[in-house]
Amino acid sequence: MLKFLIRRISVMIFTALVLTFVVFFLTNLPPNLEKLARSEGSVRMTDDAVASWIVENGHGGPLLGRYAEWLGLAPGWTLTDEKGVTRGRCIDVYAEAGSAPTFCGILQGNWGISTFAKEPVGDVLGRSLGATGWLMFWVMMVMVPASLVIGILSGMREGARTDRVLSVFSIASTATPEYVSGVILLAVFASVNAGLSPLLRDWGLLSDRTLFYGTATSAMDKITFWNFALPVMTIALYGIGYISRMTRASMTEVMTQQYIRTARLKGVRFRDVVLRHALRNALIAPFTVIMLQFPWLLNGVVITELLFNYKGFGWTLVQAAGNNDIDLLLGCSVVAVLVVLITQLISDIGYVFLNPRIRLA
Amino acid sequence: MTDTPWDPSMPILEIDQLSISFFTRMREIPAVMDFSCKVMPGEAMGLVGESGCGKSTVALGVMRDLGKNGRITGGSIRFKGRELTTMTEEQLRQLRGSEIAMIYQEPMASLNPAMKIGAQLIEVPMIHQGMGRAEAMALARQIVEDVRLPDPDRILQAFPHQLSGGQQQRIVIAMALMSKPALLILDEPTTALDVTVEAGIVDLVKDLGRKYGTSMLFISHNLGLILDVCDRLCVMYSGEAVETGNVAQVFDKMRHPYTQALFRSIPLPTAHKTSRPLVAIPGNFPLPHERPNGCNFGPRCDYFAEGRCDQADVRMSALPEDDRHASRCLRWSEIDWDAPLAKVVTKEKAAIGEVVLKMEDLKKYYSVSSGSFGGGDEKVVKANETLTFEARAGETLAIVGESGCGKSTFAKVLMGLETATSGSIRLFDENVQSTPIQQRNTDTVSSVQMVFQNPFDTLNPSMTVGRQIIRALEIFKQGSSDAERHARMLELMDLVKLPRAFADRMPRQLSGGQKQRVGIARAFAGGAKVVVADEPVSALDVSVQAAVTDLLMDIQRENGTTLLFISHDLSIVRYLSDRVMVMYLGHVVEMGTTDQVFQPPYHPYTEALLSAVPIADTRVIRKRIVLEGDIPSAMNPPPGCPFQTRCRWKDQVPNGLCDREMPPVRQLQGAHQIKCHLSDEILAGMEPVIKLAGE
Ligand SMILES: Nc1ncnc2c1ncn2[C@@H]1O[C@H](COP(=O)(O)OP(=O)(O)OP(=O)(O)O)[C@@H](O)[C@H]1O
Ligand code: SF4
Ligand code: SF4
Ligand SMILES: [Mg+2]
Repeated sequence: MLKFLIRRISVMIFTALVLTFVVFFLTNLPPNLEKLARSEGSVRMTDDAVASWIVENGHGGPLLGRYAEWLGLAPGWTLTDEKGVTRGRCIDVYAEAGSAPTFCGILQGNWGISTFAKEPVGDVLGRSLGATGWLMFWVMMVMVPASLVIGILSGMREGARTDRVLSVFSIASTATPEYVSGVILLAVFASVNAGLSPLLRDWGLLSDRTLFYGTATSAMDKITFWNFALPVMTIALYGIGYISRMTRASMTEVMTQQYIRTARLKGVRFRDVVLRHALRNALIAPFTVIMLQFPWLLNGVVITELLFNYKGFGWTLVQAAGNNDIDLLLGCSVVAVLVVLITQLISDIGYVFLNPRIRLA
Repeated sequence: MTDTPWDPSMPILEIDQLSISFFTRMREIPAVMDFSCKVMPGEAMGLVGESGCGKSTVALGVMRDLGKNGRITGGSIRFKGRELTTMTEEQLRQLRGSEIAMIYQEPMASLNPAMKIGAQLIEVPMIHQGMGRAEAMALARQIVEDVRLPDPDRILQAFPHQLSGGQQQRIVIAMALMSKPALLILDEPTTALDVTVEAGIVDLVKDLGRKYGTSMLFISHNLGLILDVCDRLCVMYSGEAVETGNVAQVFDKMRHPYTQALFRSIPLPTAHKTSRPLVAIPGNFPLPHERPNGCNFGPRCDYFAEGRCDQADVRMSALPEDDRHASRCLRWSEIDWDAPLAKVVTKEKAAIGEVVLKMEDLKKYYSVSSGSFGGGDEKVVKANETLTFEARAGETLAIVGESGCGKSTFAKVLMGLETATSGSIRLFDENVQSTPIQQRNTDTVSSVQMVFQNPFDTLNPSMTVGRQIIRALEIFKQGSSDAERHARMLELMDLVKLPRAFADRMPRQLSGGQKQRVGIARAFAGGAKVVVADEPVSALDVSVQAAVTDLLMDIQRENGTTLLFISHDLSIVRYLSDRVMVMYLGHVVEMGTTDQVFQPPYHPYTEALLSAVPIADTRVIRKRIVLEGDIPSAMNPPPGCPFQTRCRWKDQVPNGLCDREMPPVRQLQGAHQIKCHLSDEILAGMEPVIKLAGE
């Protein structure tokens, strides 16, 4: 097991390096840097001035070297101008020129400064990840049990009425992308003059303007059912459909296996056949899918956070991209890459754990 | 529950005019019709018949587990006097596993892969007797011991995949016995297992049946096994019981033409091909929805009488002078059952010619890495160890041995699908040893051909049969024009006795036996000199096996082909081969002419193999030698003699030589050779395993 872990983790680190390098390369393409120079310096800089700004601010030189600086594997750049003021990657961050460390990349915890938020990237990321973390937590709390229950219920008796009803639901929900389901949910539950709210108000059951809040901004301070249910449902709905289809497929397959017949002909109750004999075997496939859903959920997070104006990771990512905020964008991609890789690792380990046939050397 | 009192002199199971149908979108498929049988307490009832005749359907009908589209459409099933067909789910549930237990064909598939063996076993008494966990575990341990598994504690903690096939089947049996059922249904419990393992399981089933007084419904397509296990039997054909009676009567005094034809189509290791030629049953088994009018067996029956047999459905009629013996034949009393076989032309054996194939010190090792994620230690699997032999034109050399003994590796090396690790293979004095098949010239390729075990996988499903044979002709550069190749293809169709019209058919429109014929036609397309037949008939029904076997021999006779016949079925080997090579764990342990191998002195492994073959002949007296344990893994073979872990003669060899030293190849009389340390005196004193009564 240890050997397996070590091997997996080294592969992971390698993948992370490659991926972040690609992002680094893309964000540091010359047009991006020129844009940065004009927005940080002055819009009316001459092309020569732009070029020297780029060099003077440590964006010149070979790409690989800058990547290593950013990682914290190479010493940060320093530059003493004609006035004798020394500036440098690490000096900008830690005020005193003399006491500044030589290395200051992400490995040292220095993620740079967000040009957009005017704050260290670490702080921005921490805050937005925290917010998204809550969102994801509730999504998982809703999505996983709901989809497994739906999948198992419909898969245990293939073709029965429960199966048909639940299948229609899950196919419909996977077929609806977040921006559609989000808008529908907003219209039905959180619109002043459409959907349920006006009705309820007419009947005197509702004193607020809308049943649910149309934005989740207030959830940044305090999560309540009313401000959080809609964004959570928006993301979860799609996942529920998808995972429950997977679970159903795996469950129907398991239910036709010989060992299920063996169990049935041993006189095991149908309920126990499902719970004791089928469940664990049926969960092997969906478990992997759930884990692989994680990175994919980031996608839904971006749309939902924008839609509900919730300042989480997805929202930050969009802002960073929109504002040419290189350090923040890089930070976001590091986080994204790590999330993907770690969930994959967990999924592999879980698979081994659930499936006794796979034995590790 | 409506418990009508049941006294033990009444049948445990009484099936009366049972009909079962499957309902598909297209039509109703009547899988079982008018089936009746009775199983008395402590009795073992056999159910034989070809694939698809409805044996499993009867068994599942008794369990009332016919799936979504299966339904009992008529008749009754009474278990201890209680009607099963009208029971509620809850009543059935209480019966299943506690009073009626079932064992199926594939042991691995019937065990839950994610549950420990112990947990799967204790479930039964916990459900049915409300037993506590610890008590149930103790019982499980005892039953695991009863089914003669070593180290029960370890086994209870193991997952199914950690056991061998034979061990898994023992666990399935243990599970069925956990609550001492009154009726045990076994659906081909040993078909997936090797003969020596099968012999052990069959012994076990018989002993346990006796010990617990369990009645059994034993389903098999192997008449020999039925003779071993059962008291009574019921022969099924196309959804109906055609003959039932006690085993001795049905075997020796059969009164139904199908039963007779079945017996005539199976080879017996006691009889030689010239004294008892195989007679194939003509034609094919009717599909359930294409049954003929009147007698189902009519179109294939030798005694068919027009105007009588094709009129109304035939009913079962009891034979008055016998013990519960009945036959579904209108003419049973008119047929002269003792008439000798219409004289079959005994065909002259082709003369054995020149040496065409010569192997010397051939070795094939595979290196495998252990561990599922790569890495791990490199291990060497010695699939073939120093094979040396030669085969002559027109000769049939059989290679026998159990699964994993290296038979198929050998075939692959010969075919050039694998290259040998060392040694040489000479074909007409051309050394082909290390030439991969792509580099062999067409001549060599077309002169060594193969017929595969499974006719279903080897044909291209989307190409007509004729086209596939023509493709083979093109590959072997036969014929100069399309017209010529077409003509040659039709000749090949004649050769394998397929109607020429079949050339336009798709493989799915053919039966298994017909597909295998196409496979044979392809193998002979290039005028092959050596044909390797890897279990060519084991996937086919008995009635078809005879026809395909005969076909192979006919072609051999005409073309003087050398046939390497790989099989685990000693009966058929005895029937058609000139020489036999017995393999165990990659070693040739015995080689000689068929008579030398089938008669003492034997190699201890050959002896056990012979004694394990079930023989459908009531006159045969067989010495039972049950091998303990499983075949060792080829990854870590035992030191010394490969067979030493299971050999019963081992203690006759002084100084523990068997544990330490690989026995040398010894020449006995003739070209008979044996790889064993046993002294000449002991070998000379060996008794035959199979004897005919009164001999
Ligand atoms: N679920 C099903 N739906 C439709 N037809 C079926 C079904 N199960 C079995 N049949 C048909 O019923 C007939 C009897 O099948 P059954 O499995 O009982 O044969 P069997 O004698 O056990 O054969 P084998 O020796 O191959 O196990 C066959 O023609 C088969 O095709
Ligand atoms: S009834 Fe006629 S066709 Fe059928 S088995 Fe008897 S003799 Fe043959
Ligand atoms: S060498 Fe020894 S162990 Fe091997 S078969 Fe002969 S007697 Fe048995
Ligand atoms: Mg069957």
